[in-house]
Order: sequence, then structure tokens, then C-alpha cells
Amino acid sequence: MPPRNSAAYTAIVALVLCLVCSAVVSVFAVGLQPWQAKNKELDKKKNVLRAAGKSLLVDVGVVDEDASNDAVSAAFNGLSAQRVDEIFEERFKVHLVDISEGEVVDTESESAPVDPDAYDARKAANDPELSVPVEPDALPGIATREPYAEVYEILKGGETDGYVFPIYGKGLWSTLYGFLAVEADGQTVRGITFYQHAETPGLGGEVDNYGWKALWPGKKLYEKQGEVTLSVIKGAASPDNEYAIDGLSGATITSKGVDNMIKYWLGPKAFGQFLAKQTGDGEEPVAKLPAARRLAAK
Amino acid sequence: MAAPKYKEVLLNPLLNNNPIALQVLGICSALAVTTKMETSLIMAVAVVAVTGCSNAAVASIRKFIPSSIRIIVQMTVIASLVIVVDQVLKAFAYEASKTMSVFVGLIVTNCIVMGRAEAFAMKNPPAISFVDGVGQAMGYGLILLIVGFFRELLGSGKLFGYEILQKTTEGGWYEPNGLMLLPPSAFFLIGAFIWILRTLRPEQVEHD
Repeated sequence: MPPRNSAAYTAIVALVLCLVCSAVVSVFAVGLQPWQAKNKELDKKKNVLRAAGKSLLVDVGVVDEDASNDAVSAAFNGLSAQRVDEIFEERFKVHLVDISEGEVVDTESESAPVDPDAYDARKAANDPELSVPVEPDALPGIATREPYAEVYEILKGGETDGYVFPIYGKGLWSTLYGFLAVEADGQTVRGITFYQHAETPGLGGEVDNYGWKALWPGKKLYEKQGEVTLSVIKGAASPDNEYAIDGLSGATITSKGVDNMIKYWLGPKAFGQFLAKQTGDGEEPVAKLPAARRLAAK
Repeated sequence: MAAPKYKEVLLNPLLNNNPIALQVLGICSALAVTTKMETSLIMAVAVVAVTGCSNAAVASIRKFIPSSIRIIVQMTVIASLVIVVDQVLKAFAYEASKTMSVFVGLIVTNCIVMGRAEAFAMKNPPAISFVDGVGQAMGYGLILLIVGFFRELLGSGKLFGYEILQKTTEGGWYEPNGLMLLPPSAFFLIGAFIWILRTLRPEQVEHD
């Protein structure tokens, strides 16, 4: 052993310390992975439920029709893991949708383009082989998107009661990830939620505010075919304007980001096509499409 | 120097030598996480775990640490423990970890943790160093809980998320104090706490 305070001794101690510390950190990170993955999955399901909105909770008997915003918000937070799974199992069906085509991918056929169990939309969005370019300025800050997305069909008594679409886009500081739910008519908003962002708390962070999210249900998406009219406007929207949502005060850029997101993801370049095909216009309805595997049933 | 006693080392930091009230360390995180009792409690437990374990770890290798790199060695140990705590929270308290991950990461820079490693653990055996870390962190946690109690009760009329004072927005009588939800209120509360503590124990008053 070299003498203490010599350079060699110092280097050895530093090396051993680094090895031991990294081993400890890795053991914990890898060992806790299963629990963390389960939490993430549950969190995703919870957020799909949040987007599906108050009407879903009313249907399954968790809250009353006239419950206040705070009560609904608390009811969502209070759902147990088991209850979330139950509701999900009963009321949702997951489809893998080819975003550009607006078609459900038949994940059971041999020729399925991706393995639905291994497919990760976030990774695919940055994978040079899979990703699809986003037209410049359609979604500022996002250059490429994933080719397929998991779309959640909301069921009620076996019938389609709406769809939940994953949406994301840049705000001021961060990319906001969320879900937007649309009624079965393909025109009326059912709910919106954001589950990951790093906007300023109290300003842009108010996208999490249940009071603001409660402005969305009932608003209309399209005034005419193929173009999203619904906007997040600056200031307060007049209550009888079905195509406008109040902007968040003090958060112009975040509001604009949400506006861009809605315009892009529900527009003709993304889920707008899927919605148009699902809701008639001579196209085949969802029931005739190949039965999609229930991704989340595992 | 007489060998420190376990009981003193554990309980002194609560009131006699409180890291926030007397040493005025670790103020920054006390502002950020105390809007609710739940986050205050998780932060307190996380800091207790990190400070206790880092003190024990540093104390057990104190004879091998070359003095030229001792600070960076302490830092590495603390940073590793903080990552471990963050991973554990992600696995078992996911909802809380989503809002707290940033602040848990910042435990690394909490002066109390490194202050104790340098001031106590480098000179004492592991067992008592562990107790010292736990005691100091409990002193810190105590303030967090007191501040969190007042901020949540007066700011949102709740404690641990349960409604105590019914707010006017929900048909009750209590008009919430919005200031309590903002960071400056923690300064006022900590200031008030230090004032009360030093009035009761005049020996803590600093003379210039």
C-alpha cells in the first residue's frame, strides 16, 4: 500500500470509492425497476381516466353528477390501484393506431409492423428508422413524431363512448405530455389532462389545475372538416363560444403550446384522420376494423 | 474532548442546537417543500435517511480518506445515497416522488448533510455518527413539519390532505390565506419559530 497522502494512495481510494458507490446505486436502480415500472403503468392508466373525465366517474358510480371540481379531482386522486385496473379493464380498449393513415394496426397479424408489447412511442419518436417528420411550425420544437400511437377507446355498454388520444408539445420550459379525450361524435371534447411537464408552478403549471381542465368538456373541435377550430385564446373566452378556451393568465407561451398541440394532434396530419374515419363520412366504423389486441389487459 | 453521549447527540439538535433555528442551515429546502404536511414529512424522512447513512458511511471509512480529497469523497457518498432514496421513492411513493423528485435531488446540496459529515463523522466512530446524523436531520424535519403544519392549515385549510377548515369556495367559512402557499411565508414562520425559541431559551441569542 502506498503511503497515505501520496498521489497513488489518493487515486486508489478515489477509484475504490467510485466503484463501490456506482455498484450500490446500480443495484438499487435495477432492483427497484419492477416496482417503478408498475407505478408508471398505473400512473398512465390513471391519467387516461382523468382525460376521460368526470362523466366516466359518474358512470362507474364514483362521484355524483353535481360533484364540485375539487371533489372530482380528489376522487381521481383517491382511486386505488385495483379500482383503476377494474375500470380500465371494463371501460377501455387499447388500439395501436397508424397516425398518418388514421387506421388501427392489426397487431395480431403476422405482418404487424411493430411488436405492441415492445413498442415505446417515446423512443419511436426519436428513432431515425421509425420516426415520422412533423411539418415545420406545425408543432414548434418537435421535429419528429412516432408512427404509431396507443389510442384508448372508451366503452359504455359495449358501444364506443369516446376516444383518448396521447398528445404532447413544447410549453415554455418543457415538453408537456398529456391526453385529450373526445366524445364518440368525434367533435366534442370530453376532457384533457397533462401528466408530465416542468412549467412554472402557479403560472404555466396551472395546466394541472382541475378548474382550468374543467373548462374543456363540451367544447367543439371542428367548425368545418379537416381543420381544428378549437383554440386556447388569450384572456377569457366568452361562455357561448364553443371553439375557445380561456388562456392561462401569466402563461402566454404555455397556453400557445397547448393550442399548438390541439391543432396538430387533432388535425388532419395526426388523429384528425382517425376521428374522421371513425365517425362516419362513408368510412367503415371502428367495429368493422380488425379487433385490436387489448394491450393494457396484461 | 469527552466522548459524545448517544442521548445528547440524538436529542440536542431538536431544540437546543437546532440546525435551522440555531445554525440557520438548510433554509432553502425548508421553503420549497413545506406547502403540505405530506411533502414535509417525506422530505424529513428522506433527509433523516440520507444524513444518518452518510454519516455512518463517512465515519466508517474516515481513517482511509486522504485529507486532500475528503470533501469530494463525502460528496460522492452523499450523492449516491440521495440517488438511492430517490429510486426508493419512485418505487414506493410514486405520486409524491413526481412532485418531489427535484427537491430530493437537492438534498445533495443541503448544508446539514455535508456539514455533519465534515464536522462530526470525520472525527467519531460510525454508530454515534449515525445517531448524530439522525438527530440533526430530525431537528431539521421538526421545523419542516411545524412550517408545513401552518402552511397547509392556513393556506388550504387541510392537514395531510384532509379538510380541517372548510373553505369558502366549498361553501364553508374559511377564507384561505394565499400567502401561506408561497415560499416567503416559510421565512415568516421560521423567523417566528426562532423568535419563540430564543425567547424561551435566551442563551441561544447571539450577541454582537
